[in-house]
Amino acid sequence: MENHDQQAQSNHGHLEEHHHEESFVTKYIFSQDHKMISRQFLITAVIMAFIAMVMSFMFRLQLAWPGEKFWILNFLLGDKWAPDGVLEPGMYMQLVTIHGTIMVFMVLTGGLSGTFSNLLIPYQIGARDMASGFLNMLSYWFFFLSSAFMLAGFFVETGAASGGWTVYPPLSALPQAMDGSKLGMTLWLVSMSLFIISALLGGLNYIVTVLNLRTKGMTMTRLPLTIWAFLLTAVLGVLSFPVLFSAALLLIFDRSFGTSFYLSDIYIGGQALEQTGGSPILYEHLFWFLGHPEVYIIILPALGITSEIIAVNSRKPIFGYRAMIGSILAIAFLSFIVWGHHMFITGMNPFLGSVFVFTTLLIAIPSGVKAFNYITTLWKGNIQYTPAMLFSIALVSTFISGGLTGIILADSALDIPLHDTQFVTAHFHIVMGVSAILGMLAGVYHWFPKLFLRHMNKKLGYIHFWGTFISAYGVFFPMHFLGLAGLPRRYYSFTAFPMFDNLVDINIFITTFAMLAAFVQIIFMFNFIYSIFRGPKSEQNPWNSNTLEWTTPMENTHGNWPGKLPVVHRWPYDYSKPGKAHDFVPQTIPLEEGEVDGGGH
Amino acid sequence: MIKFLIYLAIILAVFAIGYLVRVFELASILKGDSPHKVTDKDNKFMSKIMMLFLVVFFVFAIWNLKTYGPLLLPDSASVHGAELDWLFNFNMIILFVVFVITHIALFYFAYKYYGRKENTATYFSHSNKLEMIWTIIPAIILAVIIILGLKVWNNITAPASKDAIVLQLYSKQFDWTARYAGKDNELGASNYKLITDENALGMDSTDTKGKDDIIVRNEFHIPVNKEIEFKLNAREVIHSAYLPHFKAQMNCVPGMTTMMHFTPTITTAEMRKKPYVINLMKGINALREKKGEKPEEFNYILLCNKICGNSHYNMQMTVVVESETDYNEWLKSKKTYFKN
Repeated sequence: MENHDQQAQSNHGHLEEHHHEESFVTKYIFSQDHKMISRQFLITAVIMAFIAMVMSFMFRLQLAWPGEKFWILNFLLGDKWAPDGVLEPGMYMQLVTIHGTIMVFMVLTGGLSGTFSNLLIPYQIGARDMASGFLNMLSYWFFFLSSAFMLAGFFVETGAASGGWTVYPPLSALPQAMDGSKLGMTLWLVSMSLFIISALLGGLNYIVTVLNLRTKGMTMTRLPLTIWAFLLTAVLGVLSFPVLFSAALLLIFDRSFGTSFYLSDIYIGGQALEQTGGSPILYEHLFWFLGHPEVYIIILPALGITSEIIAVNSRKPIFGYRAMIGSILAIAFLSFIVWGHHMFITGMNPFLGSVFVFTTLLIAIPSGVKAFNYITTLWKGNIQYTPAMLFSIALVSTFISGGLTGIILADSALDIPLHDTQFVTAHFHIVMGVSAILGMLAGVYHWFPKLFLRHMNKKLGYIHFWGTFISAYGVFFPMHFLGLAGLPRRYYSFTAFPMFDNLVDINIFITTFAMLAAFVQIIFMFNFIYSIFRGPKSEQNPWNSNTLEWTTPMENTHGNWPGKLPVVHRWPYDYSKPGKAHDFVPQTIPLEEGEVDGGGH
Repeated sequence: MIKFLIYLAIILAVFAIGYLVRVFELASILKGDSPHKVTDKDNKFMSKIMMLFLVVFFVFAIWNLKTYGPLLLPDSASVHGAELDWLFNFNMIILFVVFVITHIALFYFAYKYYGRKENTATYFSHSNKLEMIWTIIPAIILAVIIILGLKVWNNITAPASKDAIVLQLYSKQFDWTARYAGKDNELGASNYKLITDENALGMDSTDTKGKDDIIVRNEFHIPVNKEIEFKLNAREVIHSAYLPHFKAQMNCVPGMTTMMHFTPTITTAEMRKKPYVINLMKGINALREKKGEKPEEFNYILLCNKICGNSHYNMQMTVVVESETDYNEWLKSKKTYFKN
């Protein structure tokens, strides 16, 4: 560590000399600085999230008022995909598919981990930068290319991929099966391959940095929970993304080279295909072997961010620090052996199903521990209601309510009638979509001063928060009832079924709240952009936090700390410690004589 | 031109809002407030809204149950469906209790402990006892949920009895075909390479087991209180045979045969007479009348529940459950596929 410190010191001195020689390109575009890369990830993700939100707005219009004409649809999609303002079924499929893919991968994996792992890992462990700035830069640019390829699908004649974000073969493997499985699907696979490269480069970097570049005194049990969450997220990604890559590779072979990994006994377009012996179930196994860890890749960083924000703003140590680490480890381990709960009714052996029921419900225990610990952290706190804190508390609420319906779906018998219905859509949107978005927004409000050296407007933040939180439940709470009434997901319209006629009211209700949600995100976008340029300048440690990122000066310098790297003497959660002058004790303050570290753990 | 004007209007609106925010920010600074620093007043105000939210959220949840509850599926019309209904309600009660307790705690603490300058938080970093409590109690509850769930799961997935009526559901883009095994209760062989426009299922004419097979479209009938074993196949992509009223579902996968079985307990005619269903249909038909569509009677339905292409949303078959005599009568009126 000492050695590294010296090296970084000299490196830093070197950079300072040439500080003004940095060109626009190396500073803003091909930057190797973790702070700039973090900003690049965030801004790309915000744009992608906005696009995905507009997509959801378009298909929600169709679901609430099927077949009705909306000039806005024609305005956005043109005459081919929305003639007279009525959405085409093919376009509907493209929109749900790409909305899902963008949100899951570009926004909540790339955007969330990319932004906050990059920003906080070097800052909070006391490192000058990531272990490899070059790989870090590549990680962003692969992500950027991947995002561009994902959107490119909408600009080809046959449209974007449209087999759902899980792109199950044979539907995705056979261009004859639907237009979306033609060029659009190829673009999807290219995009996803680039994304996997980006995730691996980023993930390896995060792991190496956390393990090797911690400053003096920063032991593993003095790491903020954010870093623990980012570390385990990266481990999950590095272990599971390659499996998705193999799944995609085999799919590419099946599509282009006539292999039959996933194809067997297929008759389509008036001809019997040669392929025999493959199994679509194989793809499902490979996909969900990533797919399930993936939801923890999404939610763990959000929970890490929440842990930090709730502790800081309750002015209390996070309750059960070691139990929190234990839960993260348990969740990370278990997430690898639960993927089969996505496949109870695919024809998988029922006994295997029972095993997956058991492992899946086990995950509820560490998840519950986390939820209870958050609630106890609030107890007897001195809660500071920054917008970030509001988002974090809301995350605890959605994590609980979404997690509870997960217990229903993890129960294989109960999953039979609910599988692939709107109940599932409601469940995973609340527990992983909304929760992770709330965590990401909390992080943006909390670390905005570190990202852009300025503050966001708090009143607009409050409006944004309440609008988002209320409309999130307004959208997804009633959606459970659609599923319980037997309404499948991914249906362009259900006017063909008289039994669903009376559900149209629920859909109108949902779409109304979706529009409210979209509207308040415009307020956020405005606040975000406005504050980058015009927000009030931030002071050094605006939230009175203990962690190291607030010990760096409020300017963007290479190497983070102008002088020596800080030395850590205590855990990060000494808030309101008895006998101290202030209600926070930064990690750099040495322990007094006889003082116990780590909250007496 | 109109597009250009719309863009222009949006850009101007954004700038206008920008200046408006600037004015508000300056005004609040003059009043001694800060545009970003949180004050005790903010804390108090937000904590009150937190409490208000909790109340509104619970009222909203109950309103949802009251308004949307009567739109849900009627009591399940199969033997295992009734078990599932019970299991679902049992789990839901547990989960609802947990939901209420955790939300009251979360929002009450958020309300009670809002930040005040003169206050200090309590330094409370961990408690092994508390953590044991909320590890062990959920573990016990989950054990109960797992055991009850797996019991039902094992019942559902146990092999069908030997005298179950065998029925193939064949799915393709975008319709269903049902094939009855006939007197021998065994389906004849089929091969996807034999598929033609006439022989949509690719049935093998050399297999004598298939001689008595009967193929029907649009609607299939099953007898009440008899176990039905479904053999599911797909022609080109994955489909899913979903029968919501019987709480039954299984994917149809190209290249393999999947299976499910259930015993219907309520005939279509009986279902139509149930007060709950009469009410349900009254609501539906009132809405249909408004739209100028003809009224409908209650029907069991089979639909596709795995994304299978652009017309995935319209792939259905009507299911009729009737007495065994009616069923036999109906089946007799159908011709076998191969002319003997």
